[in-house]
Amino acid sequence: MSDQLLDTCERVLRLVATDAEAEVTLTSGTESLTRFATSFIHQNVADAVQRVHLRLALDGRVAEATGNQTDDEALARLVRSTLDAARLQPVDPGWPGLAPVADPPAVEHWEDATASAEPGERAARVGEFVAAAGDFETAGFCSTEGVTVAFANSAGQQLSGRSTSATMDGIARSGTSDGSARASSVSLADLDGAAVGRDATRRARESADASDLEPGRYEVVLTPSCVVDVLGFLAIYGFNGRAVEEGRSFARIGEAQFDPAITLTDDVTHPLSVGLPFDAEGTPKRRLELVDAGVTSAFVKDRRTARALGNGESTGNAVAGAGSWGALPANLVLAAGSVAPDDLVGAVERGLLVTDLWYTRILDPRTQVVTGLTRNGVWLIEDGRIVRPVTNMRFTQSYLEALAPGAVRGVGSDLTLVGDATFGVGAYVVPSLHLASWNFTGGAKG
Amino acid sequence: MFEYAEAAVEAAMAAGARYADARVMDGRHESMDARNGEIEGLTQAGSVGLGVRALIGSGWGFFATADLTTEAAQAAGTQAAAIARASASVPGKDLELTPVEVRQDHWENAVDEDPMTVPLATKGDLLVAATKTMREHGADVALASYDVWDTTKWLASSEGHRIDQHIRECGAQMNATVNGERETQRRSYPGIRGQYGTRGWELVREMDLTANAARIAEEARELLTAPECPSHDATDLIIGSEQMALQIHESVGHAVELDRILGWEAAFAGTSWLDLTQLGSLRFGSELMNVTADATLPGALGSFGYDDEGTPAHPVDIVKDGIWVGALSGRDSAALAGLSESGGAVRGDGYNRLPMVRMTNVGLLPGDSSLEKMIEATDDGIFMDTNRSWSIDDKRLNFQFGCEIGWEIRNGKRGRMIKNPTYTGIGPRFWGSLDMLGNESEWTFWGTPNCGKGQPGQVGHTGHPAVPCRFRGVRVGVRG
Repeated sequence: MSDQLLDTCERVLRLVATDAEAEVTLTSGTESLTRFATSFIHQNVADAVQRVHLRLALDGRVAEATGNQTDDEALARLVRSTLDAARLQPVDPGWPGLAPVADPPAVEHWEDATASAEPGERAARVGEFVAAAGDFETAGFCSTEGVTVAFANSAGQQLSGRSTSATMDGIARSGTSDGSARASSVSLADLDGAAVGRDATRRARESADASDLEPGRYEVVLTPSCVVDVLGFLAIYGFNGRAVEEGRSFARIGEAQFDPAITLTDDVTHPLSVGLPFDAEGTPKRRLELVDAGVTSAFVKDRRTARALGNGESTGNAVAGAGSWGALPANLVLAAGSVAPDDLVGAVERGLLVTDLWYTRILDPRTQVVTGLTRNGVWLIEDGRIVRPVTNMRFTQSYLEALAPGAVRGVGSDLTLVGDATFGVGAYVVPSLHLASWNFTGGAKG
Repeated sequence: MFEYAEAAVEAAMAAGARYADARVMDGRHESMDARNGEIEGLTQAGSVGLGVRALIGSGWGFFATADLTTEAAQAAGTQAAAIARASASVPGKDLELTPVEVRQDHWENAVDEDPMTVPLATKGDLLVAATKTMREHGADVALASYDVWDTTKWLASSEGHRIDQHIRECGAQMNATVNGERETQRRSYPGIRGQYGTRGWELVREMDLTANAARIAEEARELLTAPECPSHDATDLIIGSEQMALQIHESVGHAVELDRILGWEAAFAGTSWLDLTQLGSLRFGSELMNVTADATLPGALGSFGYDDEGTPAHPVDIVKDGIWVGALSGRDSAALAGLSESGGAVRGDGYNRLPMVRMTNVGLLPGDSSLEKMIEATDDGIFMDTNRSWSIDDKRLNFQFGCEIGWEIRNGKRGRMIKNPTYTGIGPRFWGSLDMLGNESEWTFWGTPNCGKGQPGQVGHTGHPAVPCRFRGVRVGVRG
């Protein structure tokens, strides 16, 4: 498959046949998702993905185009229209040129059976989830994805890679409460629909008949799902080279901006990660330490932001279609601690255990103040014990302050792959966290 | 292209489906970005393919392919039926479809100036001029962009629909960001999401980006030294029409999506606080509140001739004199809810996405007041405009929204500019406090080109007619 795709990339480069700098990406595979609600499968889809992306620069005049047809005529049309568009463009002073030849890390997150999973295999896991929930109503999805990507540019860089992933994600509903659970892996075989269903059902049962809690600042234990949300905002508005370049980022290299318990890397080579070993510009990914024991040590760059910042090369974090957003880490890994999740709860004097954060939106990117709500199970903890479920609450909280020096009281040992990171870029590997303070500004019911 | 859709439908039916439909879609998208006086990116995207939907028992099966041959279309239909059969292994009650008149028709929206044929240099010059002006007037980062979509689709169904549509959409946006010592401020024009419609390039010309560039850059810088929005548990709040569009979208539009009400989106987008047993009797807001979902509004972004199930576009009353009376629906959700007909609100964002309930043009009908009269009638309050942040719970009840800019209102006059204005509320309580509504001359068909919903994710284009409004007793100035 990858040889065929690379051949097509080369065909496109030959069609360009000018002095243009050109790069081509071919993507092929299948993305399938089986969705259920009110305890039956109501939507079940599969898409035979095929995509060709061409970016070229003619004397610094840049244009790019995407299509989904790979016959000779369609490719010739794609090349012709992109060249025509580039000729009409002004010179782009920020054009950084093409990625040089370099080898990606030797890592492949792929499993054949997941790439070719049948709808019946996903439906079986949904059936297990629904059965495990018993009388509780259920909703969620089981997805599989297998994608091969080939990249070639006129500077001689030529790469291919492939990646599979599978996710089971659902809620159980008690009538007065919802509980959620999820699991992701490179392999569908790792997903146990019944186990995920049991976890969701337990959370729904234990959060039934919740009562209100006075808003205010509370300690919190955040599950991996919540931690991914926090890291997503730090990534897009902070560790993003473009945000740094434009002065919108909080990140200051060498400063202790986080608690010493926080060590954060972008690492596609981590055994729990999924994804490809190179980015959208053909730059190999590498393990990049963003925060080292609380000290901000790097931010991510694509070729454009690396050039603009004038301090080094791309870190391999260009994202297709990210446009003016800049570079983003797709494989964040927050280093695990040694505390079991139950023991994180045991260390809380008075606080809340939160399953999911929902509809989080930034109020100010520099201070990382975010508002959102809790969802799918919240419990009051007193003297290390869960004492009762509470109704969902709205919060308005600086994510930077939540992880500031002295603010992290415990890091869980439960390193978990969460398959759909905030803003949909990548998948993060994170543990639970016990934080000293979280500002709940109101109950969800007003 | 109908032949491929027909081949897919026939194959799905032959494989056991009791209903099937297929769409061939040919979509083109063009966008350009400028930053600080330079063009930074031109993207042209095209995709063509076929998506086929088969119904067996209680579940849909959907398969999409970019391979447009008769053989591939037949294989896609067969595969869609196989997927639907797998769905039936975790069954529910059999899905029915409300009846719809079977039509063979063509529809396209009117444009004065085809945006795909406007020279790239003309479009680029506009963005460069706008961003240069913003920089000259104090912006640290000045961005401007436009988007153009040109979509042709051919629908065939096992009931006999043969409908092709050609829909052209475009719009533009710009914003100025300034960096202070410890904060950033931003002003956008015409709104945070720009302005988009089912119109030609004339829409972008009418916006006059360059004439507004200096003003928004200067306002952004002024915000750095403006006082914070005061915190009040209850105050009079006047909201400009751009922010009202967001308010309608989030707290009315999503809440009345029938798939959410039925629990079909429970795990992801969420449900709704609305209970179908209260349709026709529940008070949603004050008597001034009249909301329609109307896909026939010329030029609005949520307009079309037929939805992706072949239901003709038609206006649907959603809230009448403050009472909840209607929902956004499709043929399956309407049947399950016991409604007599589909609301014609089912769309997919490409050939490879399952059509689902999406907003059309969900908007507030105008009243007889005006922004000027609202300010004059307010002794002590706040005026906010241009959305900056938006967050709402999974039942579409509890919201907290932030705006880019606000002004104090004192004794009927606009006072000091304030920064970081936010307000929060509970849907029906908030809408119940609506006591002044702008008039028809202030009625703007705002377009939202980025409404996310569904798994796999889909991006919807929705319209929101809106006017300035005044609400009483609103909590403002929520801070972290």
